Amino acid sequence: MNIGSLFIIAVSAIFINNFVLMKFLGICPFMGVSKKLDSALGMGGAVIFVMTIASAVTWLVQRYVLDKHGLDYLQTIVFIVVIASLVQFIEMFLQKSIPDLYKALGIFLPLITTNCAILGVTIMNITEKYSFIGAVVNGLSAGIGFTLALIMMAGIREKLDLADVPSAFKGVPITFITASLMSLAFMGFSGMKIG
Amino acid sequence: MKKAFRTLCGELKNWAVPVAKRSGKEFSKGLLKENPTLVMLLGLCPTLAVTSSAENGLGMGMATLFVLLGSNVVISLIKKAVPGKVRIPIFIVVIATFVTIIQFVMAGYFPDLNRSLGLFIPLIVVNCIILGRAEAFASKNNIYYSVLDAIGMGLGFTLALVLIGSLREILGANKIFGVTLVPGYEPMGLFILPPGAFLTMGIIIALINKLKQKKRS
Repeated sequence: MNIGSLFIIAVSAIFINNFVLMKFLGICPFMGVSKKLDSALGMGGAVIFVMTIASAVTWLVQRYVLDKHGLDYLQTIVFIVVIASLVQFIEMFLQKSIPDLYKALGIFLPLITTNCAILGVTIMNITEKYSFIGAVVNGLSAGIGFTLALIMMAGIREKLDLADVPSAFKGVPITFITASLMSLAFMGFSGMKIG
Repeated sequence: MKKAFRTLCGELKNWAVPVAKRSGKEFSKGLLKENPTLVMLLGLCPTLAVTSSAENGLGMGMATLFVLLGSNVVISLIKKAVPGKVRIPIFIVVIATFVTIIQFVMAGYFPDLNRSLGLFIPLIVVNCIILGRAEAFASKNNIYYSVLDAIGMGLGFTLALVLIGSLREILGANKIFGVTLVPGYEPMGLFILPPGAFLTMGIIIALINKLKQKKRS
């Protein structure tokens, strides 16, 4: 796998097939944690971190445990257990060795287990038949794409708080409308020709 | 003899009326009042992703209903044996088991639907509605009420998906369940694309808010 194809994976995961705005993965944290810029940054960082590690670990599990012993059908169960224990493990590790990072990401880590973007990216790595490096790059870029959408949304919502929104549209509905416009803008990237 | 029969009837009535009342409540709450998607805003990812047509919405709703029913039954049966501290991982494994079953059923019997739902079939595992019902309901109630709760919530979810799917299909493809509505009419393709999903969902929730406000005033 050369640099060029890795670049294509990265651009496609961040912009063209943005996880939140194009593939609808991770909508719950996108709606829940996008009220403030600080928490959006924290959540984004935690997602990038866990996604990259989860991509690497699940790829190895698939290749050297599931494929080797013909246990493909256990993929869903094994992956979700791996992700859940990985999140727990990362939490313990950060708490002990990098307390500053733990303080910044701590409260977001437990929420990540049920973030469908993580399970989504790990399954995608397998169905798209990425190599190990490809899978890690895909996980990293999907996390960056998620963070990008989250931070943009948080920036807009902080301004939106001051705007005069019709009462029925206050809160969640206007966020959906904003997401719709952002998604429309991101569709422009699908015209991009790469490779 | 007669008196004994009458007391028996009375006892039976005392037992049956509250049970019937509660059964109705547990079943119907998921349909409208506590609709998991439209009111509680749970399970948004599959709601937005698969509703590009009414048929996909129905298929996803049914698959989720099956998983919800299975996990609610098993969890309400094992609730006494599960230690509190590790209950969430256990619930997730139970749910993942039923998702694996539905993956095989979909791949075997509905290959077209399986292809259009794609990634979102295994992702039923992380649908917050299912874990939410396991945690909030099935782990505290008996199997009978858990079944009713699962069917009610599952049907409410299906209802919401079919509603959103139909709206998007009518506006975006000029079709409903694959049947063309007005021949020769140019549909607004935007509605079956990702932005249309966000737009439809936003407007539906705004309408529900409006109804709630009217009811309150």
